[in-house]
Amino acid sequence: MYDIAIIGAGVVGAAIARELSRYQLKLIVVDKGNDVCAGTSKANSSIVHAGYDPEPGTLMAKLNSEGNPMFDKLAQELSVPFNRCGSFVVAFTDEQVETLKVLLERGKKNGIPGLEIVDVKKLLEKEPAASPEARAALYAPTAGVVDPMLLTTALMENAVMNGADYKLNYKVDSIDKTAEGYKINSASGPVEAKCVINAAGVYSDIIHNMVAAPDFTITPKIGQYFLLDKSENDKIQSVLFPCPDKNGKGILVARSVHGNVILGPTSDVDQDRDDTGTTDEALNRVRQGCSKLVPTITTRNCIRNFAGMRAEPSTGDFIIREVKDAPKFIDVAGIKSPGLSAAPAIALYVVDIVKNCGIKLEPKKDFNPIVKRTVFMNLSPAEQAALVKKDPRYGRIICRCERITEGEIVEEIHRPIPAVTLDAIKRRCRPGMGRCQGGFCGPKVHEILARELGCEWKDIVLDKKGSYILTGKTK
Amino acid sequence: MECCYEKKLVCVSCPMGCRLTVTVCGDNINVTGNTCKRGEVYGKNEVTDPRRMICSTARIEGGVHPVVPVKTDKPIPEKLKFKCMDVINSLNLKSPVVAGDVVAANILDTDVNIVVTRNM
Amino acid sequence: MNFDLVVVGGGPAGMAAALEAYKNGIKSIAIVERDVEPGGILQQCIHNGFGLHVFKEELTGPEYAQRFINMTKDTEIKYFLDTIVLDIAQDKTLTVMNSKQGIFELKAKAIVLAMGCRERTRSGIGIAGDRPSGVFTAGAAQRYINIEGQMVGKKVIILGSGDIGMIMARRIVLEGGQVIAVVARSSFPKGLTRNVVQCLDHYNIPMWYSHNIVGIYGKERVEKVVVAECDKKTKAVIPGTEKEYECDTVLLSVGLIPENELSRQVGIKIDRKTSGPVVTESMETSMEGVFACGNVVHVHDLVDFVTEESRKAGKNAALYIKGEITKNSQPNVFKVTGGLSYAVPHMFRPENLGDKFDILMRVDRVFGKCWLVVTEGGKELGRYKKPFLTPGEMIKLTVPSSIFNGMAGKEIGITVEPEEEK
Repeated sequence: MYDIAIIGAGVVGAAIARELSRYQLKLIVVDKGNDVCAGTSKANSSIVHAGYDPEPGTLMAKLNSEGNPMFDKLAQELSVPFNRCGSFVVAFTDEQVETLKVLLERGKKNGIPGLEIVDVKKLLEKEPAASPEARAALYAPTAGVVDPMLLTTALMENAVMNGADYKLNYKVDSIDKTAEGYKINSASGPVEAKCVINAAGVYSDIIHNMVAAPDFTITPKIGQYFLLDKSENDKIQSVLFPCPDKNGKGILVARSVHGNVILGPTSDVDQDRDDTGTTDEALNRVRQGCSKLVPTITTRNCIRNFAGMRAEPSTGDFIIREVKDAPKFIDVAGIKSPGLSAAPAIALYVVDIVKNCGIKLEPKKDFNPIVKRTVFMNLSPAEQAALVKKDPRYGRIICRCERITEGEIVEEIHRPIPAVTLDAIKRRCRPGMGRCQGGFCGPKVHEILARELGCEWKDIVLDKKGSYILTGKTK
Repeated sequence: MECCYEKKLVCVSCPMGCRLTVTVCGDNINVTGNTCKRGEVYGKNEVTDPRRMICSTARIEGGVHPVVPVKTDKPIPEKLKFKCMDVINSLNLKSPVVAGDVVAANILDTDVNIVVTRNM
Repeated sequence: MNFDLVVVGGGPAGMAAALEAYKNGIKSIAIVERDVEPGGILQQCIHNGFGLHVFKEELTGPEYAQRFINMTKDTEIKYFLDTIVLDIAQDKTLTVMNSKQGIFELKAKAIVLAMGCRERTRSGIGIAGDRPSGVFTAGAAQRYINIEGQMVGKKVIILGSGDIGMIMARRIVLEGGQVIAVVARSSFPKGLTRNVVQCLDHYNIPMWYSHNIVGIYGKERVEKVVVAECDKKTKAVIPGTEKEYECDTVLLSVGLIPENELSRQVGIKIDRKTSGPVVTESMETSMEGVFACGNVVHVHDLVDFVTEESRKAGKNAALYIKGEITKNSQPNVFKVTGGLSYAVPHMFRPENLGDKFDILMRVDRVFGKCWLVVTEGGKELGRYKKPFLTPGEMIKLTVPSSIFNGMAGKEIGITVEPEEEK
C-alpha cells in the first residue's frame, strides 16, 4: 500500500514526485508510456514563460510567476540545460500595440519583473533578423528555454533516487474507492494508495471521472512544430511571439537551449488524444506564421517535424484541487501552457494540498536534490582525459552530429530510470537529434542497447512498446 | 506455324543503355536497336540463357562483423537465383577468410562458385 | 604527433589520396577513420559494378575497398581507426579522439578532406503522418542488412529513384522480403539505368514514376503509406489520386548530402550547388594546403571517378608539401548554364593542368543528343558531342588544356546545347 500514487510521469507528475520524495512517504508514479515524458512534455516549445500572459488572479498566473524564477536553481541541481534568454511579443499594427500595453499591465499585476515595451530599433538590436515591419515589442527578460525532456527525466530520476517507485506501460483502466484510499486497476496489476494525484495530461478528465462526477472536460489540442538545424540559429537569439489571440500565444520562433530553432505550434482540436502525427496543411500554417516574425527564416534546413497534444481545460484555468467527492484524490488537470513554466510551483502547491488532506509530511534527513549526468563535451580537457583513462568508452564518439560518446550512452542505459529504447537515448543524451537524425548513429546505438541489455537486436524498440525496428537476423 | 515473340529490353553492357528489340522466331533471333556488337550478344543471351550475378552475405563466426559479403564468381542462370540464395544462406563460415576464397564450389550443378569478397 | 599529410576519412577517396601522395614521395601520412575498419561506405555496398574503369574488372564494393586496403598496408601509411576528427585549426592541427588515447592532436603540413556524405532524411523532405518505427533511410537499412546481418522488415515500399533505393529493393527481395514498388517523384530515374534494369526489371519490382509518398501511418510500427500521383511538370501532388498501401517498412532514398560539418567549422568556403568545398584543379579548398576529394566535394555515382579525383588531391597535396604548387596566375572560374547544375573543379589555373583537363558536371534534366559547349566571352573554345545526358549520371568532360591558352583569369562558360531545338 502506497501513501501516494501519482498518475502521469510528465513534467508535472515528475515535479510533484520529486517534491514529495523529500518526505517520508511510500510514493509511486505510474504512466502508460514506455518511458517517462511520453506525452505532452516531450513535444512542446520548451519555453519557460515570463508570466505576463495569464489573467491575473488565475492559478496559471500565480504558478507561472512563482515557477519561472525557480528554474535557475532547479536546472543547476538537476544538470538540465536552461537559458534565460528573454522573449519578445511583436506588434505589427496599432491594435496590436494596444495589446502589448494590455499584456504589460497584466504582467505588472502578476508581479513579473523587467517588462518593458521597446521600439523596433531595440528589437532589431537584440534580434537582427526580426521583421523590420514590427512597430513595437513587449520585452520580457525573465523568459527562457529549457530542455523539457531532460528536465522531466531528471525530476523523475531524483524522485526515484530518493525512494520513489515507478511503473511504466501502466494504463489505468479504472479506480476503486477503498476503505484505506484507492485501488488503481490496470492490466499490469493493481496499485493501492491512500492518496492519488491525477497528473494524467490529456487524459486527466477521464481519470477524474473514474472516481467522481465529471465537472470539467479536457479538449485535446494538437500543436505541430518544425525543428531546424543549428545552422539556422543566426536568425534567432531568444524567443519571438506574435500578439496572442483567442487561440493562445500563437506561432513562435525560438532558439532552443541546444541551439536549434523551434517553429510552431499550431493549435487544433484533435479528439485522438494520442495523436502525434503531422499534416502538410498545419505545417504550412507554421511556415506562414513564422515568416511574419522572421522573414528570412526557411524550413529548408528542417531536421524534424513533430506534434504534441495539450490539455485544454473547459474552465480556462489549471484545475488543481482535492476532489470534493473523492477525499485525498487530487486533480492536477488542464495543465496547458504555461504548464512547463509553472511545473516547479505546481509541485509545491500540490504538496500543500497533500498536507491539507491530512497526509503527514515528515521530511527525510537524507534527501539528495542533486542529479548529475556526464556531458563529455562540456568537461574540461583534464576531466576528459581522466574519464577516458578510467573508461575508454568515453573516448569513442557514437553520435557525430551532437558529439555524444559511447560512455554517455551506456550511462543512460544504467541510470535510475534506464533508457532502453532508441528514442529514450535520444531524449536523454541526444544521439539522433542532429542533422543525420540517427541515420549514422542509429545502428550503433542499437548495438550498444542490445549489448548492455543482453537481448537480441530485434527486441529493441524505437519508442513505444511494439515499435520494433528489426525483424530478426538475416541468416 | 512457328511461334514468334518480341521482347523489349535495355542493354546494360555500357552506360549508353540502348533500347533493344529482340525478335524470336523459333531458332531465329534478331536484335535491333543496338549500337555495338555487345548489345547484340546481350540481347541474344537475355532470351536464350539469361544469367545474373548474385551478391549477398553469409554467416561468419569470429569476424569483425556477423556476416561477410559473398558473390557468385560468374553469372548463374536467372531461374536459379533464389536457389542460389538458399545455398548462400546455408553457409556457416569461420574467420579468417580472404577475398577470393571459394566457400561453396560448383553450386547447383552449374560451374559457378560462391566466393567471399573481402578479408575478415 | 606530426605528419606531413593527414587524410580525414579512410574510404575509397581517403585511401586513394593517401596512396597517391605516398607514390609522390610523401612517407609521413596518417588516415583518420571513424569506423573500426577502413573502406568507408564500400563495405556495405556488397553489390557489383565498381572498378570497370580503374581495374577494368567488375568488382563489388568490398572487393574494390580491399584492393586499396591491401595497397595501403604495403606502405608506412598509419591508420587511426575508431577515431574521429573534432576540429581543425588554422595551422592545420587536427584535434582527434578515440577510446585508446582520448583527445589528442595531430599536426599536419597538408590535409585531405575525404569525409563522404550522409543521407537526406524524412524530415528533410517533410512527409506527413505518424511517427512509427520502420522508416529507414536506404543506407541505414543497407548497414543493418549487409554489415550487422539484421533484417529491417517484411513488406517494404521505397521512396526515391536514386541508386541506393534500387539496390536495396533487389537486396530485400533476395533476403526474402517483399517490395511493393519504388516510388519516384520524377518522371525519369535519378540513379543509373543499369540499376533500373538489374535491380528492378530483373526482379519484377515496379517503379512508379511521377508518384510520391504523401503520408506514413502506424501506431507503433508502419502500417500503411499513402501514395499519390504528381504532376509531371510541377511535381505537385494531384488531389484525389491518393491511394493507401499496407506495408511495414519504408525506405527513403531521397538524396545524399556531402558531410561538411568539419569543413564549415574550419571556415572553408562551401559551394551552394554542390554543398561541398569550392575546389581548384588541384582539389585544393579555400584554405591553403587543405584539399578535398570524393563525395565530400560532390556526390558521385561511380567510385572510379572518386578514385581519379582523389589521386589528383593526393598528388597535389604532395606537391604542396614539397613546395612545388604554383599559384602564379589568377584562376579561371567556371560559370555553368543551360541545364548544368555545377562543374567541379569550380576554378582552375591553366599552368597546373596537364595536357588534358577532366571537368566533372551534372545536368538537372534529361537531354537527348546534345553538345557541351565551352566558351569565353562570346568565343567558343570547344564543342563536344554527347548522345544523352541525365541527372543520374555524372558527366566527365575531358578537354585539351590548350583551349584555355591566353585566357588567364577569365570566366569560362559551359552550357548544354540540345541538338534539336524543341
